[in-house]
Amino acid sequence: MMPLAIAASPILAFAPLVAAINWHSVFFLLFAVIACGFAIAVVAADNIVRMALYLVFSLGAVAGLFFLAGAEFVGAMQLMIYVGGTLVLLVFGVMLTAQTPFVAIKSSGGDRVLAGFVAAALFATLLLASLSVPAWRQPASGVVQAPTATPLGMALVGVRVDEAPAGSPKGGHSRRYLLPFEIISIHLLVVLVGAAYLARAKRRKTPRAIEVAASAEPPASVAAHAAHAKLGRSDRSSSVLTGGSE
Amino acid sequence: MVDFLTSTVGAPGWLAWTVAALVSAILILNVIAGGALVFIWAERKVAARIQDRLGPTRTGGRFGWLQSLADGIKLLAKEDLMPEGADGLLFRLAPYVSFCASFAAFIALPFAFDVVGLRLNVAVFFVVAVLGLEVFGVILAGYASASKWSLFGAMREAAQVVSYEVPLGMCVVVPVMLAGSMDMVTIAEKQAGWFWNWYLFHDPFTFVIFWVFVTCAVASVNRAPFDLAEAESELVAGFHTEYSGLRWSFFFMAEYGSMILVSAMAAILFLGGWNGPIPVATLVGLSDGTGDTAPYVVRLFGLANLLGKATLGVLMMMWIRWTLPRLRIDQVMTTCLKYCTPIAAVMFAGVMLWQVLLPGGLVPGVRRPGGEIREGWLEGPGGRRAAVAETVAADSEKVAKVMP
Repeated sequence: MMPLAIAASPILAFAPLVAAINWHSVFFLLFAVIACGFAIAVVAADNIVRMALYLVFSLGAVAGLFFLAGAEFVGAMQLMIYVGGTLVLLVFGVMLTAQTPFVAIKSSGGDRVLAGFVAAALFATLLLASLSVPAWRQPASGVVQAPTATPLGMALVGVRVDEAPAGSPKGGHSRRYLLPFEIISIHLLVVLVGAAYLARAKRRKTPRAIEVAASAEPPASVAAHAAHAKLGRSDRSSSVLTGGSE
Repeated sequence: MVDFLTSTVGAPGWLAWTVAALVSAILILNVIAGGALVFIWAERKVAARIQDRLGPTRTGGRFGWLQSLADGIKLLAKEDLMPEGADGLLFRLAPYVSFCASFAAFIALPFAFDVVGLRLNVAVFFVVAVLGLEVFGVILAGYASASKWSLFGAMREAAQVVSYEVPLGMCVVVPVMLAGSMDMVTIAEKQAGWFWNWYLFHDPFTFVIFWVFVTCAVASVNRAPFDLAEAESELVAGFHTEYSGLRWSFFFMAEYGSMILVSAMAAILFLGGWNGPIPVATLVGLSDGTGDTAPYVVRLFGLANLLGKATLGVLMMMWIRWTLPRLRIDQVMTTCLKYCTPIAAVMFAGVMLWQVLLPGGLVPGVRRPGGEIREGWLEGPGGRRAAVAETVAADSEKVAKVMP
């Protein structure tokens, strides 16, 4: 125990100072700076894949803010929907720029002025809105121990546990969101199926095409292909596992 | 751990939090790195035996125990190459993105009762969400390498991961539904007792959906037969063609880390987590079947139990890899969209029906009742259970009025 105490003593000397810091605010600022910094980087970058990457970092930091606030469900949602959704954006970026690698997107001066104007207007609106709130609630310090997913699910079927009067078992407002939610899901599903139908590879079943398809892989070539694949697998055992990327 | 440090050792709060976080982080890091070391050796041995060879025999004694370590030293000594046309920043960043995603998912993974980096209320959801982020590293690597092989590998990977997240999510929902919680600790605790309490044996539908989960898990960590992103017979080495040395090994650490992760997840969701097939601790009277009261030695055995199950899962993945040939990209998509997704959907509906019709199982009284909301604030006279029942009753009344 003694050596530990000696080793820890220089750290403990700062203890009053460190204990005085509100660590919740420190982490909030850290995540906020990451989110804002990368958001600016998205605008400033001129390579579309880098932009998407910076967007991922920015959105990830926002997820961190949600976790910090104890809203685990919303944080995980943020990761899955927004960060995961940016994946598709990234893929499109790669697909669109793959013809000429690392194409730079240069915007003209007029565009920049216009974008700056729009951004400033939005920022001013947000600033006004946030400053006009009479009193923000104090953030809960430390880790909030709240079951976050269950109240959300309960609210969906109309039981608001957060607004319940102390005595009654029934939640405050009995506004149900299950039906609208389901309608939206079905709507989205229909849109997805429709998109898949429109974007499918259109095969024309002309006699010629069928003939080509039938003659494309005679049994002999299938066997050759299989043999080739087998060869590749045994190659792998020696090359990949010995760490040979050369 | 924080409680222990503040109450027993008397450390101030911030120090306790920091120490606890560091200990968790270092332990998880060692699980990934040590696991990769052991499993790469195991993979060589398994591959060799399946192909009727011996595998490594000389490095470090009879069975080549030290082969992975020797490989590691070789990788450290290798020259760090970067292609001339590569996007330097993204090229350097990609391996770390992959590794960090794999590492972050471990934070919410419990290894035994309350032996978990951070017990999240939505742990299952978090792990699935973070696991999907690993693909970012692969796509960045493929793009930044400025090589056609790499780009092809990355695009295949993207298509595969986006598709397989759908059935994987459906499979994961089933244990969540049965346990009534997204907390992995709760899910595993619900399966305590004899092995027929495991969700694998809950009903025929869960048995089928477990194998769908295995398929999707193998696909989501890019192991053969779904390793199209590296497909060495067509794409040289796919997304990591241009990588060498330490950066390359980071990709492999991420891959093996993800393998351990999905295996542990399968163990927790379907195979009882840290509960063995026979409840030895309960039989000898060390615990009463709930994790809260069990002494630490029981948790230690639980840890061994979970790691054993995860190891079996990883070994099964190796067995699959060295047995099955690689699928073509259209076959991968067919497997996902035409087989895994519909089977998962039908099984999901089946589990729901089973829960409604046979909540106690085929033999009543043998199994613990499932599908209950176990959070304390829902129960009791002031709880919300009654409110839910009321709401449901009011709804059915309305429906009865509209549809006579």
